[in-house]
Amino acid sequence: MSENIAQLEIKALTSGYGEIQVLWGIDVGISAGETVCIIGSNGVGKSTLLRTISGIVKLTGGSITLDGVSLNNATPEDVLSAGIVHVPEGRRLFSAMSVRDNLLMGAYLRKDKSAIQDDLEYVYHMFPILAERRRQDAGTLSGGEQQMCAIGRGVMGRPRYLMIDELSLGLAPRAVDLLFEALHNINQSGVAILLVEQDVMNALEFADRAFVVDQGKIIVSGNADEVAANPLVQEAYMGVV
Amino acid sequence: MKKIAIFVAIVALLALPYFGNNYIVRLATVMMMYSVLALSWNFIGGMAGYPSFATAAFFGIGAYVGAILQANGIFFGAAWFAAGLIALIFAAIMGRAILHLRGHYFAIASLVMVEVLREVVNTNDQITGGGMGMNIPILKISVEASGMLFYYSMFVVALLTLATASWVYHSKLGFGFRCIQQNEAAANMLGVDSTKYKTIAFSLSAVFVGMAGAIYASWVNYIEPPDVFDIFLTIKPVVMVLLGGMGTVFGPIIGAVAFLALEEIVWRNFLTIHSAVLGLLIVLLVLFLPKGALFFDYRQFFRGRKK
Repeated sequence: MSENIAQLEIKALTSGYGEIQVLWGIDVGISAGETVCIIGSNGVGKSTLLRTISGIVKLTGGSITLDGVSLNNATPEDVLSAGIVHVPEGRRLFSAMSVRDNLLMGAYLRKDKSAIQDDLEYVYHMFPILAERRRQDAGTLSGGEQQMCAIGRGVMGRPRYLMIDELSLGLAPRAVDLLFEALHNINQSGVAILLVEQDVMNALEFADRAFVVDQGKIIVSGNADEVAANPLVQEAYMGVV
Repeated sequence: MKKIAIFVAIVALLALPYFGNNYIVRLATVMMMYSVLALSWNFIGGMAGYPSFATAAFFGIGAYVGAILQANGIFFGAAWFAAGLIALIFAAIMGRAILHLRGHYFAIASLVMVEVLREVVNTNDQITGGGMGMNIPILKISVEASGMLFYYSMFVVALLTLATASWVYHSKLGFGFRCIQQNEAAANMLGVDSTKYKTIAFSLSAVFVGMAGAIYASWVNYIEPPDVFDIFLTIKPVVMVLLGGMGTVFGPIIGAVAFLALEEIVWRNFLTIHSAVLGLLIVLLVLFLPKGALFFDYRQFFRGRKK
């Protein structure tokens, strides 16, 4: 897909924390139903980008628009209501609450009770282990199960764009495969996915398009297979010399 | 079962003044007051997880607002109500200012509220009487009748607080509080407006305490700053909630009753060292019932501990 039909459009975005500027002019566009991954090493601003889109960190310049509507000054609630859901790094579950309550928290802003129930069944169907452990405290789940719960919680917000920060961090390869498969299914149901990932191989295999971030800027972008073939990316992230 | 128990308890408490002597009625009034304080603290401390030490500030505000209004000829019921309202507004404004602090820092900021208010009241002696204290007009009814009046008034405020606590606990609001308590960053991401919610929790922890403070002032007829801005009024509710069970609906009441019973027994038997004995008991209770009485595993206890 080409960038000029992008619906979630990020242009010349700058942002940071207080005096420290992290993003130095990011341009990213995502169309409905697409899968996009953002790769790059530690501390280059990938998470900050997601946090800025979801309104937790205020942008200092540039623009974020969804279907032409500006989200520059949006609060996290506005962003959520607009259909952009952020699954944060490190899962951030409510560890002393049950799995079911955690999932329901994802639908906190929604008022359509019966549809929420349907979505809960959908998540249980997607991750049967969560159905089995619905009464258990989320803190007692394994890492992979917690990530499932976090993604399920994201799905409960009925996103059009699902942003996931570090899907595979610290998880067993088997769990990672399962999660990517689930993401694929979520994408098939029409949800666009913006994935931030350090596992470059898996991410490029999964996504349609990719952006490489370095020092707060996009240095390479394009279709995932092109990016994967880029010598710079091969050298820096895949260990190909 | 639970509903029957609550019903029986309410009927028993309603009938209490007709059977008990003045001492019992006085003790029961204190019990109601403690319940209000503990239930109120539970909103901010137990449910939302912010360790507030401001209870005494709200109590003192309530007491002084009630006293000043009554001294100016306002009907006592209206004065009590206004006291709760002023405490609520004060908490909402202060909450905006200090609720961005977390943990110890929030605790210290809320504690400072008590100290500052005490000094403010101390120095504004034109309105408050300063260190000389303030007299509240005595109601022209018999001792028994006024005892009953204050008992039933505290009872109504306690019931109101309990009803609010129960409603909040089961509502979306309470769900939001618990999420903030566990992971504020995640709660924010899911669309919980944490600033607003924390301010609501803090205000809820003030309104009924303000009313109780005003009723207390009318009840004892004389207040002075160290009496109503007493740091123990801040500490005791925390201990009660810890005893009963944090973040639950009935835990604070169980804690308040248990604390009052301990206080009375210890006070009677260890007159000179009662604070030390009470402190020791609290340490033991917290060590052996870390989650509060509501979470005590009775079955396991009677069966004997199994590994």
